[in-house]
Amino acid sequence: MLEILGKTSIDFMGKRRWAFLFSGVMVVLGMVALVQIARGSANLGIDFAGGTAVQLKFEQAVKIDEARKVLEANGLGNAELQEFGQENKLLIRLKASTTIEEKVADRVVAVFTKEFASNHFVVESSTEIGPTIGKKLQGDALIAIVISFVGIILYVAGRFEFRFGIAAALATFHDVLAVLGAFYILDKEITLLVVTALLTLAGYSMTDTVVVFDRIRENLRIRRRETEETIINNAINQVLSRTIVTSLTVVLVLIPLTIAGGEVLHDFSLALLWGVIFGTYSSVFVASPLLLFWPGASGRLLKRS
Amino acid sequence: MKRVGGRLALLVLVVLLSVIFFLPTYQPVYQALPGWLKTVMPNKGITLGLDLQGGIHLVMEVDEDRAVEIAVDRSIVSLQDGFIDKKIPVESVTRTGPTQVTIQFQNAELKAQIQKTIDDYPIFSETETAGSVNRLVWELREAEAKRIKDSAINQALETIRNRIDQFGVAEPMVQRQGLKQIVVQLPGVKEPKRARDLIKETALLEFKMLDEDNQAKLDLPARIPKDREAEVLKQAEAKLPEGDQILFERGVDKDTGQEYRIPYLVKKRVMLTGDVLSDARVSIGQFNDPYVSITFDGKGGREFERITGDNIKKRMAVVLDNTIYSAPVIQDRITGGRAQITGTFSMQEANDLAIVLRAGALPAPLKIIQDLTVGPSLGKDSIEKGVQATLAAGALVVLFMIVYYRMSGVIADFALMLNLLCLMGALSALNATLTLPGIAGIVLTIGMGVDSNVLIFERIREELRLGKGVRLAVDGGYDKALLTIVDSHVTTLITGMALFLFGTGPIKGFAVTLCLGIGINLFTALIGTKVIFDLLNQRHKVTQLSI
Repeated sequence: MLEILGKTSIDFMGKRRWAFLFSGVMVVLGMVALVQIARGSANLGIDFAGGTAVQLKFEQAVKIDEARKVLEANGLGNAELQEFGQENKLLIRLKASTTIEEKVADRVVAVFTKEFASNHFVVESSTEIGPTIGKKLQGDALIAIVISFVGIILYVAGRFEFRFGIAAALATFHDVLAVLGAFYILDKEITLLVVTALLTLAGYSMTDTVVVFDRIRENLRIRRRETEETIINNAINQVLSRTIVTSLTVVLVLIPLTIAGGEVLHDFSLALLWGVIFGTYSSVFVASPLLLFWPGASGRLLKRS
Repeated sequence: MKRVGGRLALLVLVVLLSVIFFLPTYQPVYQALPGWLKTVMPNKGITLGLDLQGGIHLVMEVDEDRAVEIAVDRSIVSLQDGFIDKKIPVESVTRTGPTQVTIQFQNAELKAQIQKTIDDYPIFSETETAGSVNRLVWELREAEAKRIKDSAINQALETIRNRIDQFGVAEPMVQRQGLKQIVVQLPGVKEPKRARDLIKETALLEFKMLDEDNQAKLDLPARIPKDREAEVLKQAEAKLPEGDQILFERGVDKDTGQEYRIPYLVKKRVMLTGDVLSDARVSIGQFNDPYVSITFDGKGGREFERITGDNIKKRMAVVLDNTIYSAPVIQDRITGGRAQITGTFSMQEANDLAIVLRAGALPAPLKIIQDLTVGPSLGKDSIEKGVQATLAAGALVVLFMIVYYRMSGVIADFALMLNLLCLMGALSALNATLTLPGIAGIVLTIGMGVDSNVLIFERIREELRLGKGVRLAVDGGYDKALLTIVDSHVTTLITGMALFLFGTGPIKGFAVTLCLGIGINLFTALIGTKVIFDLLNQRHKVTQLSI
């Protein structure tokens, strides 16, 4: 029997202060990111903000500074450039300052055709999104987030006790906010795909929490003598290896997807990857200690059944 | 122990169904099947999304208000014709608001006569705001405006469908979305710009007379470079005769290749529109230059004959979307209902012009509000990378499970394969569209698929540690892990559903694979692997479980 961990007896609950401090910082970061998104000053993708994105693939390497200079000279100075190194690919993004009537994508292509005449390129993709569509997507994303969160809280509350539901939801919130905060700090673009990843990880991080909660509930029913803190600690230690192994298998598939899945999937997989890591951490260090804050109906953790 | 037979049969059935449904997706094998088999088998599999096979996705909005204005403008033209025919000397008929028509006349006694003429146009109602005995103001009825708006989008849909049909795209999709949006999807289109132009062009063909008598007075420049039109218009604005406008002819200098414009003074009155065309074809002229020859329908032909007969030795402009294509001198009355549109265009441009003329004009300009274009090379690239990532991810997980759980790991890997097979089968059966995020969904399913097995195996290990026998430990492991597995799957399923309901395009693709994957996971983990464990236990008296 190969085991990552033998029998452990780590005092997780004793370290909750440190965990809360770290998580608090991440949550605050996430909150800041949320406020910035609401104010429209975060790095929102063009699918939300409206605008143009053109991806070109050149025959020879193009210096990003030169490309920027050329665009500036042609009145497209507000373009954001990103290159995908080895493949001579260049992604040009323009936020919605211009209307779609102008066909900004065509203008970008024309500029490069003229200025880089000797370096042939193909247009790999071009996207133009009007501001109305962006607004609608923002609304839809918000509804999807609210619905899935309410759904999860209700389900967990129904399967466990109400405060298990609350603790699980708070932990999930924490995971999503932490990844959002990390994206914000690194100034990564928040696209529709990233939001999708955030929602998916909300569902997935709950998986880990459910495994831990299941065992806590089971142990609470059997052992009555020990303190709540000990019971929770023991439960976490008992399921620790499966918590780690289940996350590990998902991490194992996300790593190739992040490295070799192509530029479109890179940020998506990265958000999921961080999410899984945060999710595993939070089911042990956030969701479980949260239960201690809120004793059960009659001062105990669980109602006598 | 429970009987195995029923569950084993179910498993085999599911595998068979998956294979049958998946086959049409994998063409090399599907094509090799005997004909009679193909007729009883499903014939549609997974389609690739635009992000994987390349193509265009356009969301457009019909400019409804403009459609109403255009309709009012058309009524004005025919009103003017009516006044000329009845020899009523009105001074001017102009549109003075989006839906408002003002008629000016010198002689107040004409009022009754004019009112009688407009009675033939029940779409207008008279308003009280004229404020002068020499003026009448009419307003388009609200119900009429609404009808025009409604029909505008349907007409636009019809026109776009016609154009795309003639352009030749494998599986186009043209759909109405919401009240006034049109979604067009053209998978695998090689020339996205051309297709977009073809769809978007209003293609309103008009024949108008040049105002040669007044042209000299304006001293318009003979030829101006492209993009200088606004200056010319501004200069001439003050001296522009009533009922005239300036339009430009587009040309390309044969020596320098520079585009230029020639301004012309044109009478606003429309002699004939493209409505009366019955056909448009590309022909080749004597200098190998392509032109479009058009054929009028019966009424249009007679009309064209009358107009040309009345205007011999005068110049008539062929105007498409307010650009003059040519302005030939009418040499003689033209009978037979045929005409030519010449101009400086390439073979392809002439071809596209013929298509839009045949398909008819759009009722109003279209506004593109979303345009996603993916080149075929990126799509291929994405598939390759997606497949590579999937294979790498699969290999990593398979290896890990075998190293960590030994024989039981092999069983979990078997479940994983089963999972993938069923997922592909289910996607094929639903004729789902596979998108790039969808591939990510499949990869994610691989990772989550083994999770259930991990939970079960860890439980079995626990039972074994308590000293239970193999058979009891396996049964206990499955029983105790069941609820945890269901709980954890349902939470992910809830988010998957939310994504499906409110996601668009690629996100929907992801949601579909995720939801299907979760459902299939439950099946393979709880039934698939259990059957194998039970079989092993039945055949041999297993005393030592490799886990």
